[in-house]
Amino acid sequence: MPQWIAACAADDVDPEDVVPVDHDGHAYAVYRSPDDTYFATDGHCTHERELLCDGLVMGTTIECPKHNGRFDYTSGAALGAPVLVDVRTYPTKVEDGTVYVEVP
Amino acid sequence: MGRERLARYDLAGPENRAAVDAGLAGATWFRSDVPRKRMKELMRRTDGPAIRDTVLWVGLMVVFAGIGIALWGSWWAVPFFLAYGVLYGSASDSRWHEAGHGTAFTTRWMDEAVYQLACFMIMRDPTASRWSHTRHHTDTLVVGRDPEIQAMRPARLVKLLGNFFGLYDVPVAFRTMAIHAAGRLTAEEADYVPESERPKVYRTARIWLAIYVAAAAAAIGFGSWLPLVLIGGPRVYGTFMHVVYGLTQHAGMGENVLDHRLNTRTVRMNAVNRFLYWNMNFHVEHHMFPMVPYHRLPELHEEIRHDCAPAYPSLWAAYREIVPAVLRQLKDQDHHVRRELPPGAAPFHVPSEISDGRARALTTASA
Repeated sequence: MPQWIAACAADDVDPEDVVPVDHDGHAYAVYRSPDDTYFATDGHCTHERELLCDGLVMGTTIECPKHNGRFDYTSGAALGAPVLVDVRTYPTKVEDGTVYVEVP
Repeated sequence: MGRERLARYDLAGPENRAAVDAGLAGATWFRSDVPRKRMKELMRRTDGPAIRDTVLWVGLMVVFAGIGIALWGSWWAVPFFLAYGVLYGSASDSRWHEAGHGTAFTTRWMDEAVYQLACFMIMRDPTASRWSHTRHHTDTLVVGRDPEIQAMRPARLVKLLGNFFGLYDVPVAFRTMAIHAAGRLTAEEADYVPESERPKVYRTARIWLAIYVAAAAAAIGFGSWLPLVLIGGPRVYGTFMHVVYGLTQHAGMGENVLDHRLNTRTVRMNAVNRFLYWNMNFHVEHHMFPMVPYHRLPELHEEIRHDCAPAYPSLWAAYREIVPAVLRQLKDQDHHVRRELPPGAAPFHVPSEISDGRARALTTASA
């Protein structure tokens, strides 16, 4: 049953940046785009088990810190080798300064 | 011994599975603690430095080739073609590397354009070599996993020395091109190139072979070596510097470790060498944080130097260590360079007894 979890404070994420969120042993990554919209994906790269939160956010792209694989974090789309599998995305909402992520 | 050695380093051999079983494949590596804010600054992309360096690189090749052509038939052409050859056959290696990581430029098409050009010059398929290098970063110097180990234990000295003039790599490159053009991969490539990527490999090989055939036909047609001196030839007569630089990266250092300070060198170089090598002399830094563009690596070096053994002061200093170490490894495959960390540095990340830099067979160690 999907549920909304309080992931982090909205101010915890700088514009054009990402923070890690753990819930029930699962890693998520929460992003704040340059236009102050929040997004969430799985925490690990789909290529190898590398945390995306250590990577670089450029616009709406997250680049994995290990092999420079890139995803569009708004859609989860893999943008080319070495990432060939899309990363899973999750709905988000912001209420009273808190970012919520809907997790399964 | 040669056959055993090749079997150990073969990605299609038993050491691959042994490394996986031993937890050395896709493992967690040591990284110095750098504050996120600072890392974001260092990772930030910009086109300026790479555009400047690429204009200089291509511009110098055009100028030197132009003068060489004008002086063709005279010995005065030799130094100009030598300079052209080093820019083509050596500097292309670092451009292949940096653009392959996607960190040189912030604009993707620029990165891709330089990558494709450099791949052609250094004779490495753009797709297969991207995956090969990805594996090199995942499993750096893990025996049976890393396809880019240059100095094995014992080293293949004839190959190493011959490659100062591409004598091994170039024939292998053409053989591999022929295999790709026929719609196949080598057994090693099949270990790391995904199925969906393979058609690109085959298409590139067919285009490249057509270019080389055209250059050879032009040479025959005009009765002149000039077309081959300009295209392909520099991978032979101008490639020695990329080997000089490349061997400093890992030769003689630890294998099967999970800390780049145990298997990688940082070497100080002058401005000319750093231009040709695009700052890859900061190699510990690059492996620890591959996201940092080449032009920010000197700053990253300052950021983490407290955790690292001192950088080698020169190429000469590095080779004073590399040559004896590689020669000793001909007889003693346990020997490897292990450097002392400065006081206060984070200790080496050595999670298991097999991760200590020795070249012991994993099949024995993990038994």
